[in-house]
Amino acid sequence: MTMEEWFKQVTKRFYTDDDQPKEPDFKCPRCGETTPAKELREGLWVCSHCGYHSRMTARDRIELTCDHDSFTEHDAGMSTLNPIDFPDYEDKIKDLQEKTGLTEAVITGECTIHGEKCVIGVMDSHFMMASMGSVVGEKITRAFEFAEENKLPIVLFTASGGARMQEGLVSLMQMAKTSGAAARFSQSGGLYITVLTDPTTGGVTASFASLGDIIIAEPKVLVGFAGRRVIEGTIKQRLPEDFQSAEFLLENGFVDMIVERKNMRRTIAHLIRLHRSGEVR
Amino acid sequence: MDEKTIIAPYDRLKIIRNKDRPTIRDYLPLIFTDFYELHGDRFHGDDKAILGGIGRLEGIPVTIIAEVKGRDVYENKEVNFAMPHPEGYRKALRLAHQAEKFHRPVICFIDTPGAYCGVGAEKRGQGEAIARSLYEFMTLRTPVISVVLGEGGSGGALALGVCDELAMLENAVYSVISPRGFASILWKDANREEEACNIMKITAEDAVSLGVAEQIIPEPEGGAHNDPETTAENISEFLSKSLKDKMTKSIDELLKSRYNKFRKIGEFSE
Ligand SMILES: [Zn+2]
Repeated sequence: MTMEEWFKQVTKRFYTDDDQPKEPDFKCPRCGETTPAKELREGLWVCSHCGYHSRMTARDRIELTCDHDSFTEHDAGMSTLNPIDFPDYEDKIKDLQEKTGLTEAVITGECTIHGEKCVIGVMDSHFMMASMGSVVGEKITRAFEFAEENKLPIVLFTASGGARMQEGLVSLMQMAKTSGAAARFSQSGGLYITVLTDPTTGGVTASFASLGDIIIAEPKVLVGFAGRRVIEGTIKQRLPEDFQSAEFLLENGFVDMIVERKNMRRTIAHLIRLHRSGEVR
Repeated sequence: MDEKTIIAPYDRLKIIRNKDRPTIRDYLPLIFTDFYELHGDRFHGDDKAILGGIGRLEGIPVTIIAEVKGRDVYENKEVNFAMPHPEGYRKALRLAHQAEKFHRPVICFIDTPGAYCGVGAEKRGQGEAIARSLYEFMTLRTPVISVVLGEGGSGGALALGVCDELAMLENAVYSVISPRGFASILWKDANREEEACNIMKITAEDAVSLGVAEQIIPEPEGGAHNDPETTAENISEFLSKSLKDKMTKSIDELLKSRYNKFRKIGEFSE
């Protein structure tokens, strides 16, 4: 099967012809050009005008990345409580769960990618901007622990607005928890590949997203620590368009490579294979 | 001990913002002897928002890493209002690894509104610098004790907060974001700072009940500025007790409980 045929097959799995949802056209936040929804989907949610790799749902990402039917989800029912008794937090979570069909901002599990077995985690910005609270922290931590126990590589697709304010200090501590889990996994000799997707910011950038052995970014995505407007407010001037882009990070030495979505599966599988040869662990 | 009146979170914020609140520069000579400041991250520069060095605590050699608030406008300009750049965190890590090599305990003092948000900070990888701190401190093979002196702001504070025991001064606060930032993001109204303070659970007692801090160090009536010497004595007392306790434990034991402390924070159902 050629890559094109494979993609056609994959995208067909999402939407059959008689099941065309009425979606609005995609207006690119980078170049401002419009792409019809169907065309966007067929182009793997990449802006055909400027190449911006737009946001995907975690489910779509898993379909696109994992071998067909190879994905087994872990901790699917995990749902957050309200650690600082933030007003109306439970209701907000419940609403979002109904609206998105997700229980939280990350889906984790195990799968194969071109036959390579691995642990995978995918964050979904449609769930409260994929902010990290108790559940994201716990699921990511368990994913590292599972990978360590089973001697598997781990691949995390990151996206996040940062720490989950509504969980106060508890959310801040998830940065230490996930980074600690990444450290232990690393000391066990395991391979951790990070894929930075749009947008990866704040407390997730300042924890496990920056700790991969190999850090990949999708083209034109936003990755940074502080919010652009916060910085503009501090320095009282406009920042250049490419500030905090994947390309900016590559230039400054914080990512290993920028990989287009259509090549992501193959790249990840190749990297895993490169670490498997010799089987020294 | 005398019954103290409970001070509301917002009033504690006022106490720690008092211009006379002692900073690490005031406490250093009162707590440590033979202090030598060590500069630079060996890559980019020397960030004055983080002070590092070696000295003795009751005769025991220790490495000291601290976020530095200024005591006046000139000092504050120099230390960037205690908002570190990546090179500050990298200096801290360099000194932490040095401590590990020479089997010296590390004592961290947290006092920052947060890591600096700016162009240079982003270019030099503020996110990576903090992430690396969390990662390295979690596995650092020497005891680490941290004290929040005043403001424990966000990831910039946590970078010096991965430790075996965390104490907070009685009026210190520790938060995921400044109360002002919290109000501005969640309610689009920065002026609701006081309300934010009251629901964010940022006090020393809150940090203890959330499993984030282990000890509260008492301050004199009205706040540390009323009696810096007594406050310094209280800090010393905590540090030497904690240090002696940690130094009797094996490193593997310490690392295990350091990890487990953070590992168990989080509230969810499944
Ligand atoms: Zn575009």
